[in-house]
Amino acid sequence: MWHKSNIVSYRHFRTGRRGLLIGGLQLGFCGLLAWRMHHLQIEKAESFRLVADENRINLRLVPNQRGEIYDRNGVKLAGNEASYSVTMVAEDAGDIDVIFERLSKLINLSPEDIERSKAELERSAKFLPVTITDRLEREDIEKIHANAPMLPGINPEIAFSRTYPLGEIFAHVVGYVGPVSSRDLEIREDPDPLLKIPRFQIGKVGVERELEATLRGKAGTKKVEVNALGRVMRELERKEGSKGANLKLTLDTNLQAYVRARLGTESASAVVLDCKTGEILAICSSPTYDPNKFVRGISFDDYGALRDDNHRPLASKTVQDAYPPGSTFKMVTILAALEAGIINHREKIRCNGHIEVSNRKFHCWKRDGHGNVDLVKSLRESCDVYYYELAQKVGIEKIAEVARILGLGQSFDIEMSAVTSGIVPDKIWKQKARSREWVVGDTVNSSIGQGYVLSSPLQLAVMIARIATGNEILPKLIKSVNGVEKEKIPDQINLNENNLNLIRKALFEVTNHKRGTAYHSRVLDKKSQIIGKSGTSQVRNISAVERTQGVLDNKDLPWGQRDHALFVNYAPYDDPKIAVSIVVEHGGSGSTVAAPIARDITLQAIYQGTPPITAYPVEDRARIYDQQRDLKKLMPKTTKSSKVQA
Amino acid sequence: MSYLEYRVKTVPSGWKKVIFINWGLIALIIGAACSGFAMLYSVGGSWEPWALAHIQRFSVGLFVMFIIAMTPIWIWRNISVPIYIVALLLLLLVEFLGNTGMGAQRWINLGFINLQPSEVAKVALVMLMAAYYDWLPTDKVSKPLWVLVPIIFISVPVLLVLQQPDLGTSILLLLSGVTLMFLAGVHWIYFGTVIALTGGFVVALFKSRGTDWQLLQDYQFLRIDTFLDPDKDPLGAGYHITQSKIALGSGGWTGRGFMEGTQSRLNFLPEKHTDFIFTTIAEEFGFIGTISILAIYVGIIIFCLHSALRHKERFASLLSLGLTVTFFLFFAVNMSMVMGLAPVVGVPLPLISYGGSAMLVLMGAFGLIQSAHVHRPRGNI
Repeated sequence: MWHKSNIVSYRHFRTGRRGLLIGGLQLGFCGLLAWRMHHLQIEKAESFRLVADENRINLRLVPNQRGEIYDRNGVKLAGNEASYSVTMVAEDAGDIDVIFERLSKLINLSPEDIERSKAELERSAKFLPVTITDRLEREDIEKIHANAPMLPGINPEIAFSRTYPLGEIFAHVVGYVGPVSSRDLEIREDPDPLLKIPRFQIGKVGVERELEATLRGKAGTKKVEVNALGRVMRELERKEGSKGANLKLTLDTNLQAYVRARLGTESASAVVLDCKTGEILAICSSPTYDPNKFVRGISFDDYGALRDDNHRPLASKTVQDAYPPGSTFKMVTILAALEAGIINHREKIRCNGHIEVSNRKFHCWKRDGHGNVDLVKSLRESCDVYYYELAQKVGIEKIAEVARILGLGQSFDIEMSAVTSGIVPDKIWKQKARSREWVVGDTVNSSIGQGYVLSSPLQLAVMIARIATGNEILPKLIKSVNGVEKEKIPDQINLNENNLNLIRKALFEVTNHKRGTAYHSRVLDKKSQIIGKSGTSQVRNISAVERTQGVLDNKDLPWGQRDHALFVNYAPYDDPKIAVSIVVEHGGSGSTVAAPIARDITLQAIYQGTPPITAYPVEDRARIYDQQRDLKKLMPKTTKSSKVQA
Repeated sequence: MSYLEYRVKTVPSGWKKVIFINWGLIALIIGAACSGFAMLYSVGGSWEPWALAHIQRFSVGLFVMFIIAMTPIWIWRNISVPIYIVALLLLLLVEFLGNTGMGAQRWINLGFINLQPSEVAKVALVMLMAAYYDWLPTDKVSKPLWVLVPIIFISVPVLLVLQQPDLGTSILLLLSGVTLMFLAGVHWIYFGTVIALTGGFVVALFKSRGTDWQLLQDYQFLRIDTFLDPDKDPLGAGYHITQSKIALGSGGWTGRGFMEGTQSRLNFLPEKHTDFIFTTIAEEFGFIGTISILAIYVGIIIFCLHSALRHKERFASLLSLGLTVTFFLFFAVNMSMVMGLAPVVGVPLPLISYGGSAMLVLMGAFGLIQSAHVHRPRGNI
């Protein structure tokens, strides 16, 4: 019996009313939830889906191969060498110790390798590959492939690293690559995203640097799906990159190697140009360094040794250093005088060993003087007073003009690092650079390539090539890019051909007249006779006191104060093919130190190999024979296999 | 009052009871659970590690529900006090020897199951409150002294759970307890006062931040901050909400398809198999999927409300209503949380989220609702 029925119905009423209210509230809230679902899932769907894809899709770069560099004959100067490595993924490997044991039976693993990689496996995420060793041979990789089922988690990998098969011979020209530094990124306005890949390498010096964009090519990309921890789940899309362009340089490996060997341990530079085209056949700075060391990361000690060497192996002296050209500048002064018409070649000037200009004594190198000197004799015997007199009449502006026509005082557009423009001084230059008036003494100093005049070995080579051909020779280092060659026929220079001929004749006597300063460096063979001019440029002032007590001989001076020895020449006389410039820093006399080097290199270039011994004067042959034998030992053997058509 | 007062004749007995079980409700429950199996299969990638265990637990839960449903409702009323005391003891126990999970002490390992006493407390509190108001004459319901008693009933488990600390569950307990008081007919004045006091408390809560008497843990404050402005720290504290909204939004109308949800499969979502499973549904089945789940829940609520409002008996009515509210709070808080309407408080999605105690307790609660439904006095049998 339900005896409190009236009360029950009252209770029921209460519960029912409030129950309905609560129920209604619940359903209302469900309505709110449904609205919210609609808002998030339908109205905002597009933007959220985009974010979700951003979440999961990563764009990864696939590095491409760098372009290779070849010499003019297809000898590889810079290539990409496959380097083999193995990596281990901890989560796939299972028992790491067992895998290491099996692996060390197959390939050579040092205890350090094992220890280091175990520590690294411990540290990094389980799904990330850890490199165990990267010094493997192809056979090792094949062994690992054959035993793959036994080695879970082990993956052989191939990477490409830059190598310079000829090592130090081309160090300053080709340069080297190295890891991208923060500065490298700073100096670029919109750096290629490739540069941000860890351990990515870019050209640091030389052609590698100057033609970086051409050599680098375009990176491929792949889209991968990653999870929240950054683990790659799958590849969605892949776009292959394109290999960097292959370069063919104008250089000739055989000649370059010979030049490198011939310069030996001297702090010297040599430039060999093809007179007709301006192609650089050899350009060598000595001493040099092994660019491969920089690619792998040079040790602190090795770098310190290179940096502190007073012969400056790191400097690319052929283009970045400028020296007082000394007597090799005399052709400029005399051409200026001839062009200005203030002298003819028969006119004689008397040399007493010195002249006085505005109360200052200017000495000729020959203290007793040359007597009466005409144009030919002035070059042949390198009389200084003759030029002192000429320069005062011609004035610096005309000299500077001719110097520029001959290629001095300008930096050529060639693909090497830090190409200097040297200095061709004139009145405006001095006012700007030194804030002082030009004085006659400056003109006198400049006339023999001293004072403010500075030129790089490359400029000197261009100068002698222009004198030899009368054409506006421009140096050229890149023969072709991906097989495409750009040829440019040089214009004539704005100098009178007759005047140039007078110079050529005089220069012929420098090496082929008994009284010529470089007579002992003559060549007997008509088709390779060299025509050149020596220069010995002072790097210190000789005081009046010193002169009266007797000028110190170079041998008695510390190395850094000795004269620079220079020589510029072309060959042969009738149909110039080769132009050479040699600078031996603090080498002493140009005619005795630089000229023999220039002769050897010129002959090597003309004969495209070891010249016949009969080309040399009889008295030198025994010595040259020994020298040729010794140098051959120093030259690398460029094997046929490394010859690939670029 | 005792069970003798029931008109025994009109209550179904024996195997006849099976006929009177609310089969529609059971169908909806199974429907929700099946969506849970599918989603757990999807986030786990196979039957392991979650889907199969979930099925097993649900089966056990169904069995438990039947046992409870078959047991006469007055038995439940008469043992509600002991159940409440046991629940409190379990809560105390978890303080001292509970296992720590996610920075909070919540479980007791019973060997076959990791028991969460706070889940048990939800049902126990509702049972005790229903029994209390069944016992209390209606004219005393709004007397201050008799209002104080249920407040104590509520406060003890709420404080114990807050101690764990588990803010989500304690709020759920508080809300379901207070709702029961409201349903039982406590005067409006009290609720007005409480709401005003709560407002004051919230202000105090924020004022307490950074002082010695800080009322919430730092992580709880952080969650509130994140809730208020999830974009402030999308990779840090706001990560859950941001990623969960992304998953929801990227579903669109029909979703990415079964097992194609990138957000959950690629682990951008934390706790994808428990508290955030709703986002996987949203991502893989889109608006159609989420609205269907919501529809199932609404169906369950309507069935329960319908059953509850037909009870003439106070205990059964209040119990059914209270448990319905508990169930509602479960999914409402969870959905609000993943949709960025409420702070992240760690409440699972009922029947779908992976979790043993929640599933068993929930099925027990449905068992109680069924028991009330089955043992309702009927005119003709």
